[in-house]
Amino acid sequence: MTRSRAISLFDRAILSRAAVGSILKLHPKAMLKNPVMFVVEACAALTTLLLIPGLGPKGLIGFQLQIVLWLWATVLFANFAEAVAEGRGKAQADSLRKAKTETMARRLLDRKSGEEETVPSSVLRKGDLVVVEAGQMIPGDGTVVEGIASVDESAVTGESAPVIREAGGDRSAVTGGTRVLSDRIVVEVTSEPGQTFLDRMIKLVEGAERQKTPNEIALDILLAGLTIVFLVATATLKPFAGYSGGSASVTVLIALLVCLIPTTIGGLLSAIGIAGMDRVLTHNILAMSGRAVEAAGDVNVLLLDKTGTITLGNRQASKFVPAPDVTEGELAELAQLSSLADETPEGRSIVVLAKERYGLRSRELRELHAAFVPFTARTRMSGLDFTSGRKVRKGAADAVDSFVRSLDGSFPEEVRRDVASISGEGGTPLVVADGNRVVGTIYLKDVVKGGMKERFDRLRMMGIRTVMITGDNPLTAATIAREAGVDDFLAEATPEDKLALIRLEQAKGNLVAMTGDGTNDAPALAQADVGMAMNTGTQAAKEAGNMVDLDSNPTKLIEVVEIGKQLLMTRGALTTFSISNDVAKYFAILPAMFMATYPALGTLNVMHLATSQSAILSAVIFNALIIVALIPLAFRGVKYRPIGATGILRRNILIYGLGGILIPFAGIKAIDLLVVALHLA
Amino acid sequence: MNALPYLKVGVYFLLILALTKPIGLYLERVFTKEPTFLDPILAPLESLLSRLSGIDPKKEQGWRAYTAAMLVFNGAGLLLVYAFQRLQELLPLNPDHLPAVSPALAFNTAVSFVTNTNWQAYSGETTMSHLTQMAALAVQNFLSAATGLALAIAVIRGLTRAESKTIGSFWSDLVRGTLWVLLPVSLVAAIFFATQGVVQDFSGTALVKTLEGGVQKIPGGPMASQESIKMFGTNGGGFLNANSAHPYANPTPATNLLQLALIFAVPAGLTTTLGKMTGKNRHGWAAFWAMSIVFLASTLLAVWSEQRGNPIHHALGVDASVGNMEGKEVRFGAADSALFASVTTSASCGAVNAMHDSLTPLAGLVAVLNIQFGEVIFGGVGAGLYGIFVFIVLTVFIAGLMVGRTPEYLGKKIEAHEVKLAMLSVLVLTFCILGGTALGVSTKAGLAGISNAGPHGLSQVLYAFTSAAGNNGSAFGGLNANSDFYSVAVALAMFFGRFWMIVPIIGIAGSLAAKKRIAETSGTFPVDGPLFVALLVGVILIVGALTFFPVLALGPIVEELLMQAGRLF
Repeated sequence: MTRSRAISLFDRAILSRAAVGSILKLHPKAMLKNPVMFVVEACAALTTLLLIPGLGPKGLIGFQLQIVLWLWATVLFANFAEAVAEGRGKAQADSLRKAKTETMARRLLDRKSGEEETVPSSVLRKGDLVVVEAGQMIPGDGTVVEGIASVDESAVTGESAPVIREAGGDRSAVTGGTRVLSDRIVVEVTSEPGQTFLDRMIKLVEGAERQKTPNEIALDILLAGLTIVFLVATATLKPFAGYSGGSASVTVLIALLVCLIPTTIGGLLSAIGIAGMDRVLTHNILAMSGRAVEAAGDVNVLLLDKTGTITLGNRQASKFVPAPDVTEGELAELAQLSSLADETPEGRSIVVLAKERYGLRSRELRELHAAFVPFTARTRMSGLDFTSGRKVRKGAADAVDSFVRSLDGSFPEEVRRDVASISGEGGTPLVVADGNRVVGTIYLKDVVKGGMKERFDRLRMMGIRTVMITGDNPLTAATIAREAGVDDFLAEATPEDKLALIRLEQAKGNLVAMTGDGTNDAPALAQADVGMAMNTGTQAAKEAGNMVDLDSNPTKLIEVVEIGKQLLMTRGALTTFSISNDVAKYFAILPAMFMATYPALGTLNVMHLATSQSAILSAVIFNALIIVALIPLAFRGVKYRPIGATGILRRNILIYGLGGILIPFAGIKAIDLLVVALHLA
Repeated sequence: MNALPYLKVGVYFLLILALTKPIGLYLERVFTKEPTFLDPILAPLESLLSRLSGIDPKKEQGWRAYTAAMLVFNGAGLLLVYAFQRLQELLPLNPDHLPAVSPALAFNTAVSFVTNTNWQAYSGETTMSHLTQMAALAVQNFLSAATGLALAIAVIRGLTRAESKTIGSFWSDLVRGTLWVLLPVSLVAAIFFATQGVVQDFSGTALVKTLEGGVQKIPGGPMASQESIKMFGTNGGGFLNANSAHPYANPTPATNLLQLALIFAVPAGLTTTLGKMTGKNRHGWAAFWAMSIVFLASTLLAVWSEQRGNPIHHALGVDASVGNMEGKEVRFGAADSALFASVTTSASCGAVNAMHDSLTPLAGLVAVLNIQFGEVIFGGVGAGLYGIFVFIVLTVFIAGLMVGRTPEYLGKKIEAHEVKLAMLSVLVLTFCILGGTALGVSTKAGLAGISNAGPHGLSQVLYAFTSAAGNNGSAFGGLNANSDFYSVAVALAMFFGRFWMIVPIIGIAGSLAAKKRIAETSGTFPVDGPLFVALLVGVILIVGALTFFPVLALGPIVEELLMQAGRLF
C-alpha cells in the first residue's frame, strides 16, 4: 500500500501536463505569488523589449538573444518544478479515491423481522440501525439499543481489557472502529455520514488552493528582501560604471541581477512545500495543512498510547504458573485445551505458547469429542465441554472461583497469591480449572512491539521525548515503560489527565504531538500541536486532529516528524546553496563587465572564462540549469539523519554552504568551455 | 619580515580579550540594578534625577514606548545641538569670537553627533566655540553612546524575557548607562590624558612666531575631557581637525594604546553581558569570536598592506622598510596607523590617527569594508551588539532551517515578523550607502567634492556615505564634504543609518519578549561553538558585505591592482 502510492519522478503524463502548466503559469498575476521569480519574469520581458532595434544596445544581437532566451528558461524551469509537484498531488488524490476502503455494515431494514442488508458504512445515516456480531467492526458511532456484548475498545481508550456495552444505562455508547468480541448487539447510528475525512482531504489536495505555511512566508520575506538588496546593488552599478568611464548595458545588468537574486530557492520553494505534503500522503497520512506537517518537524514531546502503539494491541500468554501438586506440563495442556477453539488473540497466544514451550500440538475438537464454550460477557470464561461431562474452563479469577464453587470445589490460597502477584507486576492472570479443580494460572502480559526501543532511541537523537499514556496502574506502566525504553509515562490516564499533560508540556515550551482515535481524545487532539487521528477512530477524533492516518498505525507519527524536518531542511539547504552561489557569479560577471574599462580587473577572472560574453552567458545558463538539476532534490527532500542538530548542521553546511560556494565555479567554467566550443559567444 | 607590527596587533587583542569579561559583568550588574561599588555616590544622584524629572525608573515600557522615548529624547538633542551652533556667537566661552555655524553644516553636525556618527565636515578649532564643544558636542557624545547602550540592553532583555509586554525603561537605562558606565570611566581617562599632556583649559588660539619667521596658531580648549568620551563612547569626533593624530589629542604611545582600548571596551564587554543576561555564556563568547575573527583578519590584512608600502614610492628610492608613510603621523608610523584605522572603522568610532585617504588601496578597502559589515565587528557602543543581533537572527533563520526545525534563537521562534524587520535594517544600510554613492558620482554637486580622479574618487564618495550610514564618522579626507549637497545627503544617510536601523531592531526585541519560550532539546539549533561562529561570520560576509563587491571592485580593488601595476590616482 505504502509503496504503491509513490509516484515516479518521471511519470510521462505528469511531465507533459506540467510542461503546458509551466507556460500557463507565466501569467503575471500567478507569478506575483513568488516575488523572486516575478522579478525574473519582469527582467525577461524587459530584455525581450530591448531586442527591438533602436530600443536596446547596438550590436551583439546573438548574445542578447541568448540571454533573453535563458532568462525565460529560468522562469519556465521554476514554473515547471511547481507544475510537476502539483501534478503529482493530483495523481495522489486519484489514487486516494481508489484506496478508500469501506467497512461493510449490516443495516436492519425491519427491527421486528430482523431483515437486514449489507451496505458500506459510508451510506449510514443518523438513526439507522445496524447489527454487529462477534468479530465484526462497529461501523460508526452509536448507541446500543439491544443486547449486551464485550467490546475491544483498545483502539480508542488504550485499555486492552475488553469492556461491556449494553443497552440502556450509561454503558450504551459505542464508538466506530471498535470491535465486538462476543455476543450480538443492535446499534443506532448517531453520527451523520458522508463528510468523511477522506472526502474532504481529496478536495483539499485537488483544489490546489495551497496556503503558504508561516515558515514559507518568512522565507519569502527573506528572499524578497535579498532581491531588493541586489536590485539596489545592480541598479547603482550603472552610475558607478558611468563614473568609471565605462558602460554597463541594461541586458548585462539584468543578467547580473538575475544571477544574484536567489532564484534557485525562489524557483523551487513552492515545489518543496507541495512535494512535502506529497511525501506525507505517500505514507498514507492525510495532513489537513502544510502548517501541520511543518509543526510536526518542531515537535519535542510525543505522547503515545501504550496499546496498539508501543505494545501489541492485545495481551499474550507468557508463562504458565501451576497450582500446588500440578506440573507445568499438565497446566499447559489444560490451558491449551481450553483455548483450542478460542479465536481471540489471547486464546491463540496460549496455544502458541503451549506449543513453543511444551511441544504440545493443537488437536481437533472433534477428535476430543468436545464442544467449545465461547467467552461471553456474562460468564467471563471460555473453555471446553467434553461429551464425557468433563468441563475445562479459563477465565478471570473471580469467575473461575464461582465456577469451581458451584461444582463443590475450592480456590487454593496459593493460586490466589499467584493471581495477586501477576496483577501486581502488571500482567493479567487467567485462571484455569479442570472441573472443580483449579490447576493454575496463565500469565498474560503486554508484549512490546519489536524495534520500538530503537525507534525511541532515534527519537531521542532527534531531541524528542516520548511519553507513554496508559490506563494501567503505575506499576504495570513502569514495567512496560522500562521494557519499551520510553522516557516517561502517564499511568491510569483519563482523557482529562491527557489534556492536562499536554497543557503542562506546552506551558514548559514544548510542542506536543499525539495520536488518538476516541471521542474522548478529541479535546487532547485539538490541544496538541500535532494531533494525528486514526482512520479507525471516531469522527470527533478526526475532526479534532490535524492529520489522519489511513493505516491507523500510530507509530507513523515518527515518519511525519521526519518529513516535517526534511521540509524545513530542504528549504534551508537550498537557500544556503542559492546565496552561496553568488560568490562565483560575481567572479564570473564583474570582470566581464568592466574588463574593457579596467583591464586590471581581469585578475578577478579566476575561472579564466573565455570572453566577456561567454562569461555572462555561462553564469546565466548555470543559474537556469541549476533549478532543473535540483528539482529531484526538492521533491525528495534533504535526507534526515538523527545525528543531533550539530551533526546535521555540519553536514548540511558542508554540502550546501561550502558546496554552494565551490560548485558554481566548476559549473560556470564547464558551461563556458561548452559555450566557446559551440561558438555561442 | 618585520614581526613587531603583527605582535602589536596580538598584544592589543589580548588586552581586549582580558577586558571583555570584567566589563561585561559590570555592565550586567549596572543594568539589572544589582549593587555596584559606585552606588554610594551614584544612587542618590539617580534618585535626584528621577525626582527632578518626575520619571519613575521602575516603570517599564513596551517596545513602542521605549522607542518613542528614545526618538523624542534624540530629537530634543538634535534641536539643542543645532541651536548651540547657530547661537554660539552670542554665548560665552568663545575666546576666538567664532561666528555662527552655517545652517547646512549645523544641521549636518547636529545629526552627526546625535547619531553617534561624529562625521565632521568642519575643523573643530576654527568652527566651534568652547561652549559648543562642551555643552553641545561632548554632551551628545555621552548621550548618543548611552542611547546605543540602552538599546543594546533592551535587545538583550527581549531575549531574556518571555510573554512580557515590556523591555525595560529607556529613561532608567539612559541614566544608568551615563552615570555608572560612561561618566566614571571618561573622568578617569580624561585625568590620565591630561597627565600625558593632552590640553585641558579654556584658552583661545595662541599665535606664535616660529623660528622661520612664520606664524603658527596653537589651539587651546577643554580637550582631555572630550578625548576620553570620544573614544569610550565610540564617537570619534575630535576637538581638533587632526583628531587623534594631533599631539595635543594623542601625545604618547600610552595615550594611543588607551584610546584604542577605550574604543573596544564596551562593545567587546557587551558580548559577555549578552551571555550573562541570557544565561548562555557560551553564546556571548560565540558572538565575541565571530567579531574577533573578522577583526583580526581585516586588521592583519591592513597592517600587511601598509607595511608593504607603495611600489611606486619604492621605485622612486623611498625607504621600503618603514612601509607606506604617506599621510601618517610620523610618531605612529604605518603599522600603528593601520591598526588604529582598522579598530576605529570596526567599532564605528571614527576617530583617526592617520589620513585614511592615503592608506594603501587595500588598507582603505579594509577600512571601508569594516564599516560595510554593518558596524558589527565589535561596532559602536551598543550599536555593535544590536547590529550583530540582526545577523544572528538571519543566521539562525537560514541555518536553523537546516536542522529541520522552525528557527529559534535562545528559545524564541524566529518567524516572518522578525525576518521582515531584520531585512529592513539590512536594506537601510544598502540603500544609504549605494544610493548615496550613486547620487554622489552622478550629480554635478556630488562630483564637485571629489579631489582625485578614477577609482580613488569613487572610493572617496563611497567612504563618505559608508561612514555616514554606518554611523562611523571617519572620513577618507580627500572629499570636500562641506558643501550643501554633502552636508544634507550625508546627514540623511547618518539619520536613516541610525534610526531606521534601530526602530526595526527594537521591534524585533519587543516581539521576542512577547513570545513564549520553547524548551531546548538536542534537536535545537546550537548558537554557540565553532560551527555557529563560522556560520555567523559567513552570513556577515555573504549577506552583509557581498552586496558591496561590485562598487568595491570599481573603487579600491581596481586601484590596488593598478597601483601594483605602477599607476596612481
